[in-house]
Amino acid sequence: MANNKVSQDTGDLKLDRVSKHYGDFCAVDDLSLIVPDGSFFALLGPSGCGKTTTLRMIAGLEEPSAGTISIGDTDITTQKSYRRNVNTVFQNYALFPHLTIFENIAFGLRRRGVKDIKSEVESALNLVEMAHLAERKPNQLSGGQQQRIAVARAIVNRPEVLLLDEPLGALDLKLRRQMQIELKRIQTEVGITFIHVTHDQEEAMTMADTIAVMNQGKIEQMGSATDLYEAPKTAFVANFLGQCNLIKGKITSRAGDKATVTAKGLTFEVPLSRVATSNDSVFLGVRPEKLRLDDTGVNSIKNCVVTDRSFVGTSTQYLVRAPWDLELVVFEQNDEGLHDLRVGDTVSLEWDPEHTFALDGAGDINAGADLDDEE
Amino acid sequence: MTTINAPMPSLSHRASRWFSRNLIRIYAALAFIYLFIPVAYTFAFSFNDAGKSNLVWQGFTLENWQNPCGAPQVCQAVVNSLQIGVISTVLATILGTMIAFALGRYKFKGRKSTNLLIFLPMATPEVVLGASLLAMFLNLRVNPGFWTIVISHVMFCISFVVVTVKARIASLDPRLEQAAMDLYANERETFRYVTLPLVMPGIAGAALLAFSLSFDDFIITNFNSGVVSTFPKFVYVSAARGIPAQAYVIGSAMFFIALIIVIVGQVVSRKRKKI
Repeated sequence: MANNKVSQDTGDLKLDRVSKHYGDFCAVDDLSLIVPDGSFFALLGPSGCGKTTTLRMIAGLEEPSAGTISIGDTDITTQKSYRRNVNTVFQNYALFPHLTIFENIAFGLRRRGVKDIKSEVESALNLVEMAHLAERKPNQLSGGQQQRIAVARAIVNRPEVLLLDEPLGALDLKLRRQMQIELKRIQTEVGITFIHVTHDQEEAMTMADTIAVMNQGKIEQMGSATDLYEAPKTAFVANFLGQCNLIKGKITSRAGDKATVTAKGLTFEVPLSRVATSNDSVFLGVRPEKLRLDDTGVNSIKNCVVTDRSFVGTSTQYLVRAPWDLELVVFEQNDEGLHDLRVGDTVSLEWDPEHTFALDGAGDINAGADLDDEE
Repeated sequence: MTTINAPMPSLSHRASRWFSRNLIRIYAALAFIYLFIPVAYTFAFSFNDAGKSNLVWQGFTLENWQNPCGAPQVCQAVVNSLQIGVISTVLATILGTMIAFALGRYKFKGRKSTNLLIFLPMATPEVVLGASLLAMFLNLRVNPGFWTIVISHVMFCISFVVVTVKARIASLDPRLEQAAMDLYANERETFRYVTLPLVMPGIAGAALLAFSLSFDDFIITNFNSGVVSTFPKFVYVSAARGIPAQAYVIGSAMFFIALIIVIVGQVVSRKRKKI
């Protein structure tokens, strides 16, 4: 109806010290966040990390226990969801089963009393390339088609912020890849702020300009996919995004622009700019594809043994045991330089200091590992 | 395909094979025969040239169908039953639906005990309900009649409406309502455009159930009807003297009307699905 006043502010979405408690359980813990207008933003984390609760608070489906949420200069913390210029693409889509696709998409327009509903709905259907399905009912559509309709139903309202709650979770891998590219295209075309909640790190890295990695109600680290992957700040981020080798060690000197770390009698170098802690007890990290099967570098471990080998097409993945109780993952690109090692072979590992990072060694070295497959 | 060497199966062997292959069909046929013999019997005897009592076949006639109100008071009883049925259905459906929403959608003190209490009338023997209602009406000095029947029927229909509608509400995905709110529908619009249309099949089913329960009821009605006659009461009372063939005509007609409603409903919903 036309009398439903909808806020029309433009600007960045701000979450300021937002918390959400359910009884004793703290789902979102003192979270502050700024999402720039027009960006594609991902909230990434394992199940139960508070990302969906955060999304629902932005949508107005949950009220924060503390803190404020605003778009531009308008505080929307306690505003009813139907007054917010924010729309959601729900997990499993939540299309209205009793309405046709056309009426599903027209729903928001009708409530706001928009005049030219037909052409608006048609252009939204064209945007997702589903114009031929206008008269069908949702249960006559495939999962991928329903997904597109859910996007069209939200986007047709031209919201300030579009929220996507694990929108691709129900699709098979191939369709998911296709929809990732599709969603990215739509976002670029309409220029609306997208906030995408997902537990799939690859999905977040493919689509988002900025990713916030969440864990236990807090943001662990925020940045571009490259930042998060190349220079993680915590063990959780290092393990959760891709695979990572972490070696427990101690900083013995900080001189000039580099730090020296010793572990099990070996010394390693790491640029000071890549040391994310003031603590001397650290986890030394390096990504599997940065390791080389050689022994000429500054950072190297000799006398290692290959314990497992798997060929995965573009690379060969080795599991290599260091002289002490530590297994390292090594990816070797399948090109001319291939070593073609067998299980039991003795090798040396080396890597460049600039590919090394040092994280605070106080926490759990396995935090965030093996979590990304959880639903 | 038979080869020369294959021995011909014996007749008894073939018969038993046929039997085991068609067992499920035979079983289904028997079940349907069992279910429909009374209906067929009613239909056949609606054409009986009965005279006073319709218990023995006397000969074929169309007269009963041409003049269904021929027996004294039978049509007045049917009209009473229809009126009571419609009024009770409307009241019980409205009240029951509201209770179902309260129980299905809100958390409040006493919700669990309300849930339990709603079941009680269904579990109580009808004779007991009928007798206690009569005692109540007499104590309140209300003369039993049309409206006491309506009150009694609404009372026992509500439970069935609540249970039916609540089941539908429980199967409703709460995210659909959230989606409506997200798409600028306020509470009232969400109910009007999303919740109610989705619960409607449950409400319609509950209404049909309530109507058939009310139309059918004899025991509670008999206690609380005073001098007012309903169709079941008419049939029961006339059983002592001989049920007129018109009762069979009305009974058969009810069956066919219900059948037509079901068929039309099926056709419509199938057409809708095809669009």
